[in-house]
Amino acid sequence: MTKPASGVCSYTLKPRRRWLQSGAALALLPWLPAHAAAEELPQIPAMTAFLAGRKPVAARVRLTLPQLADNGQTVPMKVTVDGPFTPATRVTAVNLFSEANPVPEMAQFEFPAYVERVEVESRVRLAASQKIVAVATLADGALLASAAEVIVTIAGCMDGT
Amino acid sequence: MTSSTALRAILVGVLSAHAVIACAQERSLPLPGLRSGITFAGADVRAMQSDDVSNPGFLWVEGGEKRWNTAAGATGKSCASCHGDGRSSMRGVATRYPRYDHAVKGVEDLDARINRCRTDKQGAQPWARESEELLSISAYVSYQSRGLPLAVSIDGPAREAFERGRVFYHARHGQMNLSCSQCHDQNWGKRLLVENLSQGHGNAFPAYRLEWQSLGSLQRRIRACLFGIRAEMPAPGAPELTDIELYLAWRAQGLSIEAPGVRR
Amino acid sequence: MPDARITVPAPVPRGKPFEVRIIVRHPMETGYRTDESGKSIPRNVIRSLTCRYNGEVVFSARLSSGIAANPYLRFFVTAKESGPLAFEWVDDAGVRGSDSAAVTVA
Repeated sequence: MTKPASGVCSYTLKPRRRWLQSGAALALLPWLPAHAAAEELPQIPAMTAFLAGRKPVAARVRLTLPQLADNGQTVPMKVTVDGPFTPATRVTAVNLFSEANPVPEMAQFEFPAYVERVEVESRVRLAASQKIVAVATLADGALLASAAEVIVTIAGCMDGT
Repeated sequence: MTSSTALRAILVGVLSAHAVIACAQERSLPLPGLRSGITFAGADVRAMQSDDVSNPGFLWVEGGEKRWNTAAGATGKSCASCHGDGRSSMRGVATRYPRYDHAVKGVEDLDARINRCRTDKQGAQPWARESEELLSISAYVSYQSRGLPLAVSIDGPAREAFERGRVFYHARHGQMNLSCSQCHDQNWGKRLLVENLSQGHGNAFPAYRLEWQSLGSLQRRIRACLFGIRAEMPAPGAPELTDIELYLAWRAQGLSIEAPGVRR
Repeated sequence: MPDARITVPAPVPRGKPFEVRIIVRHPMETGYRTDESGKSIPRNVIRSLTCRYNGEVVFSARLSSGIAANPYLRFFVTAKESGPLAFEWVDDAGVRGSDSAAVTVA
Protein backbone atom coordinates (compact mmCIF):
# COMPACT_ATOMS: atom_id res chain seq x y z
CA MET A 1 0.00 0.00 0.00
CA THR A 2 1.45 3.37 -0.97
CA LYS A 3 2.09 5.95 1.73
CA PRO A 4 -0.68 8.53 1.64
CA ALA A 5 0.24 12.07 0.59
CA SER A 6 0.52 14.45 3.51
CA GLY A 7 -2.63 16.13 4.64
CA VAL A 8 -4.81 13.41 3.16
CA CYS A 9 -6.71 10.61 4.82
CA SER A 10 -4.47 9.01 7.47
CA TYR A 11 -5.46 5.42 7.16
CA THR A 12 -4.45 3.21 10.02
CA LEU A 13 -5.89 0.19 11.71
CA LYS A 14 -3.45 -0.16 14.55
CA PRO A 15 -5.10 0.86 17.80
CA ARG A 16 -1.83 0.34 19.60
CA ARG A 17 -0.58 3.64 18.29
CA ARG A 18 -0.56 6.15 21.10
CA TRP A 19 -1.98 9.07 19.13
CA LEU A 20 -4.86 6.83 18.14
CA GLN A 21 -5.37 5.93 21.75
CA SER A 22 -5.48 9.58 22.69
CA GLY A 23 -7.98 10.05 19.88
CA ALA A 24 -10.00 7.16 21.25
CA ALA A 25 -9.88 8.66 24.72
CA LEU A 26 -11.04 12.01 23.35
CA ALA A 27 -13.91 10.37 21.53
CA LEU A 28 -15.07 8.70 24.73
CA LEU A 29 -15.71 12.12 26.26
CA PRO A 30 -19.43 12.67 26.65
CA TRP A 31 -20.97 15.94 25.55
CA LEU A 32 -19.83 17.80 28.61
CA PRO A 33 -19.89 21.52 29.21
CA ALA A 34 -16.37 22.91 29.38
CA HIS A 35 -16.13 25.88 31.74
CA ALA A 36 -13.25 28.06 32.86
CA ALA A 37 -13.08 30.82 35.48
CA ALA A 38 -12.95 34.43 34.31
CA GLU A 39 -9.45 34.65 35.81
CA GLU A 40 -8.45 32.14 33.17
CA LEU A 41 -10.00 34.11 30.35
CA PRO A 42 -7.77 33.87 27.30
CA GLN A 43 -6.12 37.02 26.00
CA ILE A 44 -8.15 38.08 22.98
CA PRO A 45 -7.26 41.59 21.71
CA ALA A 46 -10.76 42.21 20.38
CA MET A 47 -12.22 41.30 23.74
CA THR A 48 -9.68 43.47 25.57
CA ALA A 49 -10.78 46.37 23.40
CA PHE A 50 -14.43 45.60 24.13
CA LEU A 51 -13.81 45.42 27.88
CA ALA A 52 -12.03 48.79 27.78
CA GLY A 53 -10.27 48.22 31.07
CA ARG A 54 -13.32 46.70 32.84
CA LYS A 55 -12.94 43.35 34.53
CA PRO A 56 -15.83 40.87 34.16
CA VAL A 57 -16.94 38.74 37.07
CA ALA A 58 -16.80 34.99 36.64
CA ALA A 59 -20.34 34.23 37.69
CA ARG A 60 -23.83 33.44 36.41
CA VAL A 61 -22.79 32.95 32.79
CA ARG A 62 -22.89 29.38 31.56
CA LEU A 63 -21.30 28.85 28.18
CA THR A 64 -21.85 25.34 26.87
CA LEU A 65 -20.15 23.78 23.85
CA PRO A 66 -19.10 20.17 23.29
CA GLN A 67 -15.63 19.31 24.54
CA LEU A 68 -14.98 17.60 21.22
CA ALA A 69 -16.65 19.01 18.12
CA ASP A 70 -18.05 16.59 15.51
CA ASN A 71 -17.09 19.11 12.86
CA GLY A 72 -15.58 22.57 13.30
CA GLN A 73 -17.96 24.00 10.70
CA THR A 74 -21.01 23.58 12.90
CA VAL A 75 -20.60 23.45 16.66
CA PRO A 76 -23.65 23.86 18.90
CA MET A 77 -23.31 26.69 21.44
CA LYS A 78 -25.56 27.65 24.32
CA VAL A 79 -25.06 30.64 26.58
CA THR A 80 -27.25 31.20 29.62
CA VAL A 81 -27.13 34.06 32.12
CA ASP A 82 -28.69 33.13 35.43
CA GLY A 83 -31.10 35.55 37.06
CA PRO A 84 -32.79 36.92 38.94
CA PHE A 85 -32.85 40.20 37.08
CA THR A 86 -34.36 43.59 37.80
CA PRO A 87 -34.87 46.30 35.17
CA ALA A 88 -31.65 47.86 36.46
CA THR A 89 -29.70 44.62 36.39
CA ARG A 90 -31.18 42.94 33.33
CA VAL A 91 -28.92 41.63 30.57
CA THR A 92 -28.66 44.05 27.68
CA ALA A 93 -26.17 42.13 25.55
CA VAL A 94 -24.12 38.96 25.35
CA ASN A 95 -20.92 39.02 23.27
CA LEU A 96 -19.10 35.96 22.05
CA PHE A 97 -15.34 36.02 21.40
CA SER A 98 -13.07 33.49 19.74
CA GLU A 99 -9.46 32.91 20.63
CA ALA A 100 -8.37 31.35 17.35
CA ASN A 101 -10.83 32.26 14.61
CA PRO A 102 -9.75 34.78 11.95
CA VAL A 103 -12.64 36.94 13.12
CA PRO A 104 -12.54 37.08 16.93
CA GLU A 105 -15.91 38.84 17.39
CA MET A 106 -18.22 35.92 16.76
CA ALA A 107 -21.56 37.44 17.66
CA GLN A 108 -23.38 40.00 19.74
CA PHE A 109 -26.86 39.17 21.00
CA GLU A 110 -28.92 42.15 22.15
CA PHE A 111 -31.91 42.14 24.49
CA PRO A 112 -33.66 45.53 24.22
CA ALA A 113 -36.73 44.21 26.03
CA TYR A 114 -36.79 42.67 29.49
CA VAL A 115 -37.01 38.90 29.59
CA GLU A 116 -36.51 36.81 32.70
CA ARG A 117 -34.88 33.92 30.83
CA VAL A 118 -31.67 34.90 29.11
CA GLU A 119 -30.56 31.97 27.04
CA VAL A 120 -29.31 31.88 23.47
CA GLU A 121 -28.47 28.85 21.37
CA SER A 122 -26.78 28.93 18.04
CA ARG A 123 -24.17 27.07 16.03
CA VAL A 124 -20.66 28.43 15.66
CA ARG A 125 -17.74 27.81 13.36
CA LEU A 126 -14.42 27.04 14.96
CA ALA A 127 -11.26 27.26 12.90
CA ALA A 128 -9.23 25.22 15.39
CA SER A 129 -9.23 23.92 18.93
CA GLN A 130 -9.62 26.94 21.17
CA LYS A 131 -11.32 28.77 24.00
CA ILE A 132 -14.51 30.77 23.45
CA VAL A 133 -15.59 33.53 25.82
CA ALA A 134 -19.09 34.87 26.50
CA VAL A 135 -19.37 38.31 28.10
CA ALA A 136 -22.74 39.48 29.42
CA THR A 137 -23.40 43.19 29.86
CA LEU A 138 -25.98 44.26 32.44
CA ALA A 139 -28.05 47.42 32.39
CA ASP A 140 -26.08 48.87 35.29
CA GLY A 141 -22.83 48.36 33.41
CA ALA A 142 -21.71 45.23 35.26
CA LEU A 143 -19.95 42.55 33.22
CA LEU A 144 -20.14 38.80 33.68
CA ALA A 145 -18.10 36.27 31.72
CA SER A 146 -17.36 32.61 31.21
CA ALA A 147 -15.07 30.64 28.90
CA ALA A 148 -15.31 27.20 27.35
CA GLU A 149 -12.73 25.10 25.56
CA VAL A 150 -13.46 23.04 22.46
CA ILE A 151 -11.26 20.52 20.68
CA VAL A 152 -11.68 20.60 16.92
CA THR A 153 -10.20 17.79 14.88
CA ILE A 154 -9.77 17.42 11.16
CA ALA A 155 -11.96 14.96 9.29
CA GLY A 156 -10.82 11.36 8.99
CA CYS A 157 -11.01 11.59 5.24
CA MET A 158 -10.88 14.69 3.05
CA ASP A 159 -13.94 15.62 1.03
CA GLY A 160 -13.21 17.14 -2.34
CA THR A 161 -16.78 17.57 -3.51
CA MET B 1 -17.00 -43.27 -18.27
CA THR B 2 -13.54 -42.39 -19.44
CA SER B 3 -11.24 -40.57 -17.02
CA SER B 4 -11.34 -37.38 -19.13
CA THR B 5 -15.11 -37.40 -19.16
CA ALA B 6 -15.10 -37.93 -15.39
CA LEU B 7 -12.64 -35.10 -15.02
CA ARG B 8 -14.83 -32.86 -17.17
CA ALA B 9 -17.87 -33.82 -15.10
CA ILE B 10 -16.04 -32.96 -11.90
CA LEU B 11 -14.90 -29.67 -13.36
CA VAL B 12 -18.43 -28.77 -14.45
CA GLY B 13 -19.71 -29.79 -11.04
CA VAL B 14 -17.17 -27.60 -9.26
CA LEU B 15 -17.83 -24.63 -11.52
CA SER B 16 -21.60 -24.97 -11.13
CA ALA B 17 -21.27 -25.18 -7.37
CA HIS B 18 -19.13 -22.06 -7.44
CA ALA B 19 -21.72 -20.30 -9.58
CA VAL B 20 -24.51 -21.31 -7.20
CA ILE B 21 -22.56 -20.03 -4.22
CA ALA B 22 -21.74 -16.77 -6.00
CA CYS B 23 -25.40 -16.26 -6.92
CA ALA B 24 -26.55 -16.94 -3.35
CA GLN B 25 -25.88 -13.25 -2.53
CA GLU B 26 -23.87 -13.89 0.56
CA ARG B 27 -23.76 -10.65 2.52
CA SER B 28 -20.47 -9.18 3.65
CA LEU B 29 -22.53 -7.56 6.41
CA PRO B 30 -25.19 -9.87 7.86
CA LEU B 31 -28.63 -8.28 8.09
CA PRO B 32 -29.03 -8.63 11.88
CA GLY B 33 -25.78 -6.72 12.37
CA LEU B 34 -26.71 -3.65 10.33
CA ARG B 35 -26.27 -0.31 12.05
CA SER B 36 -27.23 3.07 10.67
CA GLY B 37 -24.54 5.74 10.49
CA ILE B 38 -26.40 7.70 13.16
CA THR B 39 -25.26 5.13 15.73
CA PHE B 40 -21.65 6.06 14.97
CA ALA B 41 -22.28 9.80 15.05
CA GLY B 42 -21.42 12.19 17.87
CA ALA B 43 -23.98 13.71 20.21
CA ASP B 44 -24.20 16.98 18.25
CA VAL B 45 -25.09 15.22 15.02
CA ARG B 46 -27.60 12.96 16.74
CA ALA B 47 -29.26 15.93 18.42
CA MET B 48 -29.48 17.81 15.13
CA GLN B 49 -31.00 14.92 13.23
CA SER B 50 -33.57 14.14 15.89
CA ASP B 51 -34.98 17.68 16.03
CA ASP B 52 -37.11 18.53 13.00
CA VAL B 53 -37.05 22.22 13.93
CA SER B 54 -33.29 22.69 13.97
CA ASN B 55 -32.39 19.99 11.42
CA PRO B 56 -31.26 22.18 8.50
CA GLY B 57 -32.39 19.48 6.06
CA PHE B 58 -35.96 20.59 6.60
CA LEU B 59 -35.21 23.84 4.78
CA TRP B 60 -34.91 21.64 1.69
CA VAL B 61 -37.91 19.48 2.59
CA GLU B 62 -40.07 22.58 2.94
CA GLY B 63 -38.70 23.99 -0.29
CA GLY B 64 -39.46 20.70 -1.96
CA GLU B 65 -43.04 20.74 -0.74
CA LYS B 66 -43.55 24.20 -2.24
CA ARG B 67 -41.92 23.12 -5.47
CA TRP B 68 -44.05 19.96 -5.57
CA ASN B 69 -47.10 22.17 -5.78
CA THR B 70 -45.64 24.62 -8.32
CA ALA B 71 -46.39 24.38 -12.04
CA ALA B 72 -43.37 23.75 -14.24
CA GLY B 73 -42.33 23.29 -17.83
CA ALA B 74 -44.21 23.41 -21.11
CA THR B 75 -47.15 21.46 -19.70
CA GLY B 76 -47.66 23.85 -16.79
CA LYS B 77 -48.16 20.85 -14.55
CA SER B 78 -46.89 20.52 -11.04
CA CYS B 79 -45.86 17.23 -9.42
CA ALA B 80 -49.18 17.44 -7.59
CA SER B 81 -51.09 17.55 -10.88
CA CYS B 82 -50.29 13.86 -11.39
CA HIS B 83 -49.25 12.67 -7.95
CA GLY B 84 -51.65 14.62 -5.75
CA ASP B 85 -50.58 15.15 -2.18
CA GLY B 86 -46.98 13.98 -1.97
CA ARG B 87 -47.36 13.15 1.69
CA SER B 88 -49.51 10.17 0.80
CA SER B 89 -48.63 9.35 -2.80
CA MET B 90 -44.88 9.31 -2.19
CA ARG B 91 -45.00 7.24 0.97
CA GLY B 92 -42.73 4.20 0.51
CA VAL B 93 -41.37 5.31 -2.86
CA ALA B 94 -37.83 6.05 -1.70
CA THR B 95 -37.52 2.59 -0.13
CA ARG B 96 -37.56 1.05 -3.61
CA TYR B 97 -34.86 3.19 -5.22
CA PRO B 98 -32.62 2.69 -7.13
CA ARG B 99 -34.83 0.56 -9.33
CA TYR B 100 -34.94 -0.83 -12.84
CA ASP B 101 -37.45 0.77 -15.17
CA HIS B 102 -38.34 -0.77 -18.53
CA ALA B 103 -39.03 2.69 -19.95
CA VAL B 104 -35.31 3.45 -19.91
CA LYS B 105 -34.09 -0.16 -19.83
CA GLY B 106 -31.85 0.69 -16.96
CA VAL B 107 -31.58 1.30 -13.24
CA GLU B 108 -32.39 4.79 -12.04
CA ASP B 109 -31.87 6.40 -8.68
CA LEU B 110 -34.54 8.69 -7.27
CA ASP B 111 -32.92 11.86 -8.60
CA ALA B 112 -32.79 10.45 -12.13
CA ARG B 113 -36.44 9.41 -11.86
CA ILE B 114 -37.44 12.88 -10.70
CA ASN B 115 -35.63 14.40 -13.65
CA ARG B 116 -37.30 11.95 -16.06
CA CYS B 117 -40.67 13.09 -14.75
CA ARG B 118 -39.64 16.67 -15.43
CA THR B 119 -38.56 16.05 -19.00
CA ASP B 120 -41.17 13.47 -20.03
CA LYS B 121 -44.23 14.62 -18.09
CA GLN B 122 -43.71 18.31 -17.45
CA GLY B 123 -41.76 19.27 -20.56
CA ALA B 124 -39.19 20.92 -18.35
CA GLN B 125 -35.40 20.93 -18.28
CA PRO B 126 -33.81 18.35 -16.02
CA TRP B 127 -32.24 19.78 -12.90
CA ALA B 128 -28.49 19.52 -12.38
CA ARG B 129 -27.27 17.02 -9.82
CA GLU B 130 -26.81 18.67 -6.42
CA SER B 131 -28.85 21.65 -7.52
CA GLU B 132 -31.07 23.16 -4.86
CA GLU B 133 -34.17 22.34 -6.93
CA LEU B 134 -33.36 18.65 -7.37
CA LEU B 135 -32.21 18.25 -3.77
CA SER B 136 -35.39 19.85 -2.48
CA ILE B 137 -37.73 17.48 -4.34
CA SER B 138 -35.44 14.56 -3.50
CA ALA B 139 -35.50 15.56 0.17
CA TYR B 140 -39.27 16.01 0.16
CA VAL B 141 -39.93 12.65 -1.51
CA SER B 142 -37.37 10.76 0.58
CA TYR B 143 -38.75 12.30 3.77
CA GLN B 144 -42.14 10.73 3.00
CA SER B 145 -40.45 7.35 3.55
CA ARG B 146 -38.75 8.29 6.80
CA GLY B 147 -38.95 5.38 9.20
CA LEU B 148 -39.68 2.86 6.46
CA PRO B 149 -37.20 0.06 5.70
CA LEU B 150 -35.09 0.02 2.55
CA ALA B 151 -36.39 -2.69 0.19
CA VAL B 152 -34.85 -2.53 -3.27
CA SER B 153 -35.15 -5.25 -5.85
CA ILE B 154 -32.06 -6.75 -7.47
CA ASP B 155 -34.06 -9.33 -9.46
CA GLY B 156 -34.09 -9.81 -13.20
CA PRO B 157 -32.86 -6.84 -15.21
CA ALA B 158 -31.60 -5.04 -12.08
CA ARG B 159 -29.13 -7.84 -11.46
CA GLU B 160 -26.46 -6.56 -13.85
CA ALA B 161 -26.26 -3.14 -12.24
CA PHE B 162 -26.26 -4.76 -8.82
CA GLU B 163 -23.33 -7.00 -9.76
CA ARG B 164 -21.38 -4.07 -11.15
CA GLY B 165 -21.99 -2.20 -7.91
CA ARG B 166 -20.91 -5.17 -5.84
CA VAL B 167 -17.71 -5.65 -7.85
CA PHE B 168 -16.90 -1.95 -7.46
CA TYR B 169 -17.54 -2.08 -3.72
CA HIS B 170 -15.12 -4.94 -3.20
CA ALA B 171 -12.43 -3.75 -5.62
CA ARG B 172 -9.47 -1.64 -4.58
CA HIS B 173 -9.40 1.94 -5.83
CA GLY B 174 -7.22 4.98 -5.85
CA GLN B 175 -3.76 5.87 -4.68
CA MET B 176 -4.54 4.31 -1.35
CA ASN B 177 -5.59 1.12 -3.06
CA LEU B 178 -8.53 0.61 -0.73
CA SER B 179 -11.90 -0.99 -1.30
CA CYS B 180 -15.12 0.25 0.30
CA SER B 181 -15.33 -3.18 1.88
CA GLN B 182 -12.05 -2.87 3.74
CA CYS B 183 -13.25 0.11 5.72
CA HIS B 184 -16.99 -0.41 5.91
CA ASP B 185 -17.33 -4.21 6.03
CA GLN B 186 -14.15 -5.19 7.84
CA ASN B 187 -13.24 -2.22 9.99
CA TRP B 188 -16.42 -0.36 10.86
CA GLY B 189 -16.43 0.83 14.45
CA LYS B 190 -12.70 1.41 14.43
CA ARG B 191 -11.06 4.82 14.45
CA LEU B 192 -10.00 6.93 11.55
CA LEU B 193 -8.20 9.76 13.35
CA VAL B 194 -10.83 10.74 15.90
CA GLU B 195 -13.81 9.53 13.90
CA ASN B 196 -15.64 6.26 14.08
CA LEU B 197 -15.79 4.40 10.78
CA SER B 198 -19.43 3.68 10.02
CA GLN B 199 -20.79 0.73 8.06
CA GLY B 200 -21.20 3.12 5.11
CA HIS B 201 -24.96 2.92 4.54
CA GLY B 202 -26.89 5.48 2.55
CA ASN B 203 -30.19 5.30 4.42
CA ALA B 204 -29.94 8.87 5.74
CA PHE B 205 -29.50 10.53 2.37
CA PRO B 206 -30.10 13.10 1.09
CA ALA B 207 -28.41 14.35 4.22
CA TYR B 208 -27.19 17.63 5.64
CA ARG B 209 -23.49 17.06 5.97
CA LEU B 210 -21.76 19.48 8.35
CA GLU B 211 -18.66 19.32 6.15
CA TRP B 212 -20.74 20.52 3.18
CA GLN B 213 -22.75 23.08 5.15
CA SER B 214 -25.53 21.93 2.85
CA LEU B 215 -27.84 19.07 2.06
CA GLY B 216 -26.33 16.67 -0.47
CA SER B 217 -27.09 13.41 -2.23
CA LEU B 218 -25.75 9.93 -1.63
CA GLN B 219 -23.91 10.21 -4.92
CA ARG B 220 -22.04 13.22 -3.57
CA ARG B 221 -21.15 11.26 -0.45
CA ILE B 222 -19.85 8.35 -2.51
CA ARG B 223 -17.77 10.73 -4.62
CA ALA B 224 -16.39 12.29 -1.44
CA CYS B 225 -15.33 8.86 -0.17
CA LEU B 226 -13.53 8.18 -3.45
CA PHE B 227 -11.78 11.53 -3.15
CA GLY B 228 -10.73 10.56 0.34
CA ILE B 229 -8.91 7.47 -0.89
CA ARG B 230 -7.43 9.45 -3.80
CA ALA B 231 -9.42 7.69 -6.46
CA GLU B 232 -10.98 9.20 -9.56
CA MET B 233 -14.50 10.35 -8.91
CA PRO B 234 -17.14 9.48 -11.51
CA ALA B 235 -19.03 12.59 -12.63
CA PRO B 236 -22.30 13.28 -10.79
CA GLY B 237 -25.04 11.22 -12.42
CA ALA B 238 -22.58 8.68 -13.87
CA PRO B 239 -24.07 5.18 -14.18
CA GLU B 240 -21.34 3.70 -11.96
CA LEU B 241 -22.67 5.75 -9.09
CA THR B 242 -26.18 4.36 -9.57
CA ASP B 243 -24.71 0.84 -9.61
CA ILE B 244 -23.03 1.53 -6.27
CA GLU B 245 -26.21 3.11 -4.88
CA LEU B 246 -28.16 -0.02 -5.79
CA TYR B 247 -25.60 -2.27 -4.14
CA LEU B 248 -25.59 -0.04 -1.05
CA ALA B 249 -29.38 -0.07 -0.82
CA TRP B 250 -29.44 -3.88 -1.04
CA ARG B 251 -26.65 -4.07 1.52
CA ALA B 252 -28.67 -1.87 3.86
CA GLN B 253 -31.91 -3.79 3.35
CA GLY B 254 -34.21 -3.29 6.29
CA LEU B 255 -32.50 -0.16 7.64
CA SER B 256 -34.94 2.70 8.07
CA ILE B 257 -34.77 5.74 5.86
CA GLU B 258 -33.71 8.76 7.91
CA ALA B 259 -33.96 11.49 5.28
CA PRO B 260 -33.29 14.30 5.77
CA GLY B 261 -30.38 12.95 7.77
CA VAL B 262 -27.60 14.88 9.45
CA ARG B 263 -24.04 13.66 9.21
CA ARG B 264 -20.67 15.21 9.98
CA MET C 1 -36.52 27.35 -0.75
CA PRO C 2 -38.04 28.98 2.30
CA ASP C 3 -35.96 31.87 3.64
CA ALA C 4 -36.40 30.61 7.16
CA ARG C 5 -38.38 28.37 9.45
CA ILE C 6 -39.70 29.87 12.67
CA THR C 7 -41.09 27.84 15.54
CA VAL C 8 -42.93 29.19 18.57
CA PRO C 9 -45.11 27.28 21.04
CA ALA C 10 -48.86 27.83 20.75
CA PRO C 11 -50.43 29.16 22.82
CA VAL C 12 -47.98 30.86 25.20
CA PRO C 13 -48.87 31.83 28.79
CA ARG C 14 -49.12 35.59 29.34
CA GLY C 15 -46.25 37.24 31.17
CA LYS C 16 -43.95 34.23 30.91
CA PRO C 17 -40.94 33.83 28.62
CA PHE C 18 -41.58 31.68 25.56
CA GLU C 19 -39.06 29.95 23.34
CA VAL C 20 -38.43 31.22 19.82
CA ARG C 21 -36.46 29.18 17.31
CA ILE C 22 -35.45 30.24 13.83
CA ILE C 23 -33.23 28.67 11.20
CA VAL C 24 -32.34 30.88 8.25
CA ARG C 25 -31.25 29.61 4.86
CA HIS C 26 -27.91 31.31 4.23
CA PRO C 27 -24.44 30.00 3.36
CA MET C 28 -22.68 32.41 5.76
CA GLU C 29 -19.78 32.44 3.33
CA THR C 30 -16.60 33.08 5.28
CA GLY C 31 -14.55 34.61 2.52
CA TYR C 32 -11.75 32.10 3.12
CA ARG C 33 -12.93 29.49 0.63
CA THR C 34 -11.89 29.21 -3.01
CA ASP C 35 -13.88 27.80 -5.88
CA GLU C 36 -12.74 25.07 -8.30
CA SER C 37 -10.69 27.50 -10.37
CA GLY C 38 -8.91 28.74 -7.25
CA LYS C 39 -10.77 32.04 -7.14
CA SER C 40 -11.61 33.33 -3.69
CA ILE C 41 -15.34 33.23 -2.84
CA PRO C 42 -16.17 36.59 -1.29
CA ARG C 43 -17.39 36.80 2.27
CA ASN C 44 -21.13 37.05 2.61
CA VAL C 45 -22.70 36.52 5.98
CA ILE C 46 -25.89 37.70 7.61
CA ARG C 47 -24.45 40.57 9.59
CA SER C 48 -27.55 41.65 11.44
CA LEU C 49 -30.87 40.09 12.38
CA THR C 50 -33.73 41.73 14.26
CA CYS C 51 -36.82 40.25 15.87
CA ARG C 52 -39.87 42.45 16.46
CA TYR C 53 -42.76 41.28 18.56
CA ASN C 54 -45.86 43.39 17.96
CA GLY C 55 -43.52 45.97 16.47
CA GLU C 56 -41.16 46.13 19.45
CA VAL C 57 -37.57 44.91 19.00
CA VAL C 58 -37.17 42.08 21.51
CA PHE C 59 -34.01 40.47 20.23
CA SER C 60 -31.31 41.29 17.75
CA ALA C 61 -28.06 39.72 16.75
CA ARG C 62 -24.90 40.85 15.02
CA LEU C 63 -23.37 37.81 13.42
CA SER C 64 -20.07 37.02 11.74
CA SER C 65 -18.39 34.27 9.76
CA GLY C 66 -17.99 32.60 13.14
CA ILE C 67 -21.63 31.57 12.98
CA ALA C 68 -22.30 28.37 11.04
CA ALA C 69 -24.12 28.26 7.70
CA ASN C 70 -27.91 28.15 7.80
CA PRO C 71 -27.79 29.97 11.12
CA TYR C 72 -29.93 28.65 13.92
CA LEU C 73 -31.01 30.82 16.83
CA ARG C 74 -33.00 29.93 19.91
CA PHE C 75 -33.89 32.57 22.48
CA PHE C 76 -36.70 33.67 24.79
CA VAL C 77 -39.22 36.49 24.64
CA THR C 78 -41.71 37.62 27.29
CA ALA C 79 -45.30 36.93 26.20
CA LYS C 80 -47.46 40.05 26.22
CA GLU C 81 -50.20 40.24 23.57
CA SER C 82 -51.00 37.99 20.66
CA GLY C 83 -49.47 39.26 17.48
CA PRO C 84 -46.74 38.83 14.91
CA LEU C 85 -43.15 37.88 15.64
CA ALA C 86 -41.34 39.44 12.66
CA PHE C 87 -37.76 38.75 11.70
CA GLU C 88 -35.64 40.81 9.33
CA TRP C 89 -32.05 40.29 8.38
CA VAL C 90 -29.47 41.68 5.98
CA ASP C 91 -26.27 40.17 4.66
CA ASP C 92 -22.95 41.60 3.48
CA ALA C 93 -24.25 41.79 -0.09
CA GLY C 94 -27.10 43.98 1.12
CA VAL C 95 -29.70 41.31 0.44
CA ARG C 96 -32.58 41.52 2.90
CA GLY C 97 -34.67 38.64 4.14
CA SER C 98 -37.70 38.41 6.34
CA ASP C 99 -40.16 35.98 7.80
CA SER C 100 -42.71 36.03 10.57
CA ALA C 101 -44.81 33.81 12.75
CA ALA C 102 -47.96 34.42 14.77
CA VAL C 103 -47.80 34.38 18.56
CA THR C 104 -50.99 33.44 20.39
CA VAL C 105 -51.03 34.49 24.03
CA ALA C 106 -53.42 32.73 26.38
